[in-house]
Amino acid sequence: MNIVYAMMPELGQLALIMALIAAVFQVIIPTIGLYRRQGWLMAYARPLASGQAIFLLISWLALTISFVIDDFSVAYVANNSNTALPTAYKISAVWGAHEGSLLLWVAMLGCWGMAVAWFSKTLPLDMVARVLAIMGLVSIGFILFTVETSNPFERNLPSQPLDGKDLNPLLQDFGLIVHPPTLYMGYVGLSVVFAFALAALLGGRLDAAWARWSRPWTTAAWVFLTIGIALGSWWAYYELGWGGWWFWDPVENASLMPWLVATALMHSLAVTEKRGLFKSWTVLLAIFAFSLSLLGTFLVRSGVLTSVHAFASDPERGLFLLILLGITVGGSLLLYALRAPQVNSVGRYDWISRETGLLINNLFLIVATLAVLLGTLYPLVIDFFGMGKISVGPAWFNLMFVPLTLALALVMASGTIARWKSDSLNRIWQEQQWAWWAAVVFAIVMPLLLSGPWHWQVMLGLGVSIWLALAMFLDVWRKARGQWRKIPSLGLSYHGMVLAHLGMAITIVGVTMVSHYSIEKSVRMAPGDSAYLGDYRFEFSRAGQIDGPNFVSQAAQFDVYKGERLISQLLTEKRQYTVSGSIMTEAAIDVSLWRDLYVSMGEPLPNGAWGMRIQVKPFMRWVWLGAIFMSIGGVLAMLDKRYRRQKKIPSRVLGANA
Amino acid sequence: MHPKRKQRLSLILFMVVGVSIAVGLLMYSLSQNINLFYTPTQIADGEVPIGQTIRAGGLVVAGSVEREEHGLGVTFKVTDGFAEVPIYFDGILPDLFREGQGIVALVRMNEAGLLVASEVLAKHDEVYMPPEVQDALDQAHSRGKEALYEARY
Amino acid sequence: MRPLLFVPLLIFVAMAVLFWIGLGIEDKTSLPSPLINQPFPAFETLSLERGESITAASLTNNEPTLVNVWATWCPTCKAEHAFLNDLAKQGVRIIGINYKDDDYKARQWLLAYGNPYVWNVPDPDGRLGLELGVYGAPETFLLDADGVIRAKHIGDLNDRVWERLGQQYEALKR
Repeated sequence: MNIVYAMMPELGQLALIMALIAAVFQVIIPTIGLYRRQGWLMAYARPLASGQAIFLLISWLALTISFVIDDFSVAYVANNSNTALPTAYKISAVWGAHEGSLLLWVAMLGCWGMAVAWFSKTLPLDMVARVLAIMGLVSIGFILFTVETSNPFERNLPSQPLDGKDLNPLLQDFGLIVHPPTLYMGYVGLSVVFAFALAALLGGRLDAAWARWSRPWTTAAWVFLTIGIALGSWWAYYELGWGGWWFWDPVENASLMPWLVATALMHSLAVTEKRGLFKSWTVLLAIFAFSLSLLGTFLVRSGVLTSVHAFASDPERGLFLLILLGITVGGSLLLYALRAPQVNSVGRYDWISRETGLLINNLFLIVATLAVLLGTLYPLVIDFFGMGKISVGPAWFNLMFVPLTLALALVMASGTIARWKSDSLNRIWQEQQWAWWAAVVFAIVMPLLLSGPWHWQVMLGLGVSIWLALAMFLDVWRKARGQWRKIPSLGLSYHGMVLAHLGMAITIVGVTMVSHYSIEKSVRMAPGDSAYLGDYRFEFSRAGQIDGPNFVSQAAQFDVYKGERLISQLLTEKRQYTVSGSIMTEAAIDVSLWRDLYVSMGEPLPNGAWGMRIQVKPFMRWVWLGAIFMSIGGVLAMLDKRYRRQKKIPSRVLGANA
Repeated sequence: MHPKRKQRLSLILFMVVGVSIAVGLLMYSLSQNINLFYTPTQIADGEVPIGQTIRAGGLVVAGSVEREEHGLGVTFKVTDGFAEVPIYFDGILPDLFREGQGIVALVRMNEAGLLVASEVLAKHDEVYMPPEVQDALDQAHSRGKEALYEARY
Repeated sequence: MRPLLFVPLLIFVAMAVLFWIGLGIEDKTSLPSPLINQPFPAFETLSLERGESITAASLTNNEPTLVNVWATWCPTCKAEHAFLNDLAKQGVRIIGINYKDDDYKARQWLLAYGNPYVWNVPDPDGRLGLELGVYGAPETFLLDADGVIRAKHIGDLNDRVWERLGQQYEALKR
């Protein structure tokens, strides 16, 4: 092996430590600058943040190279890779287990810091210094955690294995290449908003300008979270082999909670920016959002809660993380309690106004977050009091979540058209009544036209989505004064808002339909057998064996007929991975906008028969399509030109007494 | 009172009351919707109420997995080392279901006293032991030792 | 100062305490069985392979030893067997307890898959297993040179488990 390549782990380790040093300086130098009101010291925050990010990226790259060249002298590589593993998976195996995913986490934290350094030209220098110093503090904590408890560069000395133990087969998949990085981008991105909030509290600068700076960053993190969660759901759907797409598993809940709070925060920031209201509440939400992503990290990696995809638990790591969590969250909440009383909100508003609408939005989202939090932690509480080992089933989460979401969607349509300060129900009704009546008619008629039993939940779900969608369209039409050519000039923010809310409607349609009209059958089938499901006939036409690069699989081919017409051929597999011996089911899915056909193999039975799971899932794609709409909406809102307006804000360096 | 302060106060009150009601409802429904875990020993002692969904688990007893001739029905026994109880399941077992493996199942006891599973869970990791099962094993262990002690002396 | 603003902090502190205790609970369940630091239970019988007389005193031969509980009816034991063969090749002393099994089948198995054990204790009625608190095969005990049980592992031995257990083994060797 080339000597340079062989040195990669040492290089990576060195870069990690250099990043730690850069982070320490990133905290100290700007802080001294702030204390002594010396601008040239504060100005060091930017290059130091970039330096930290570059060192972390080098470290990450070094680990990636060790994976690609199969350097099994590195314990982490030996445990998560294998010579037979395809190169794309060797690269993604870097974040396949605890140590490497943590390195990715800190590398992204560094990159967000660098992004702040680059895109903060309009920010006063003292604000930049504070924000980056706070982000540096968070970096120090997590780099220390990586180096102390979870070093991915540790060598397997003196004896090194000839081959690696292979990556967990569940993770050898495209979804898992992209899902964790996206989600981490979201989690970590919330640190920017968190840093902005703390910096504003410290500098006594909780004003409209602060809200305007925070908005695009919040939206950016939120977009990543949205895509990350949707990818996770999509991955679970096709990879876990039984067609579930949301499990209310603690790890999923850990990603949903920051999303809910970030959604609330985006809305609350709008009020703070436009009307200078709810300042104290908005700051609290910003702290909550990042705290919940840290909490998620803690829950997943400490082993406090058990989950389908928790990392191997280690009490030492758990304790370290808990201390980090305590310092970060406890410290910021203490700061909040001490500094928030100085925050004054100005302005008044009526009970019927956009402010109230957004307040209701926040109330619903916070209650939803609380529900998820309670359901996730409840087993821990019960265990703590010695009242037995329990689990909270999906039924409960659904019971809580469905009405909250529907109620939220119901007020969403009117909230978006309500005017700031003061409005009248009468005016809103005048504008929206057509959408309302159309939705009512649709809700009554549509479920009757569907082939399937009638459910009042379907009526409600479809009605609410149509109401929301129509109200949005009606509003666009009104704002454009009935002229097509005026629609593009309504502003990117507005279009983003409309798209995101339409996304919400689409997801609700998807969830409603797939929850009530999915049909599923588990049957014993031998080659030649047919199973009937809905309008479809699934024929098990052929069985065979396939050799993959690092697995062998038993495969079953299905011909799917609708009437006499062959509409799809599906190939499902049962893979056995040669190194680990793990068995994995590869589901076969025929995708369309209106329904998914899903076949997966169960166990082999005597006489060449197999247990087969066959499903027809209507509107499955809509669940994720909605998330795509929301993300595009978020991106549009972020790109609105008013966030890029070069408005010189006088630096308060000299006047600040922080 | 200043009108601005008044509005603030009513706002905070509104939020606090709303959130408290919500939390109250959440807690109440939570207590109605949990699935308690029972060890095989507890099940064998007849502690399981008929018709209620519970979680049961243990190690799958070697040689106890019996398939029905037609269809997907399967019966297997789980043990905590002290008692063995049969569980019936009509469906597809997870990839990692095998003899000697620790599993947890969502079950309901029918009128005939048979445990019928609606879902069988095994984690995607061979060395993983569900914590409930570990706990059951530990309890049964100490009980087994006591029984042995009593029998001997 | 407004007391209401401290509410989030207090809730967080309560949660943190809960987590702290939660981490402790985790520690407790991983606490070793009551046999740890106890001498291996006494037995006196004839070995499975060659029928020589064996007792608890002859288990360790003054070096740290693994005692592996296994059976031919146990699929996980088969999965584990190759790993045991590897360990034996590296010079680890392994004694077997053939648990609730048929002697003849066990000898066949060892012939077919290789014999990593120095010798095997036949335990057809599982009496020794009961004394050891065996839940099911496979289980492995780590004994120090004096025959005192130092660690116990439930489930199959593999690289991941050996990462931890192997360290203990190496430490006992010194």
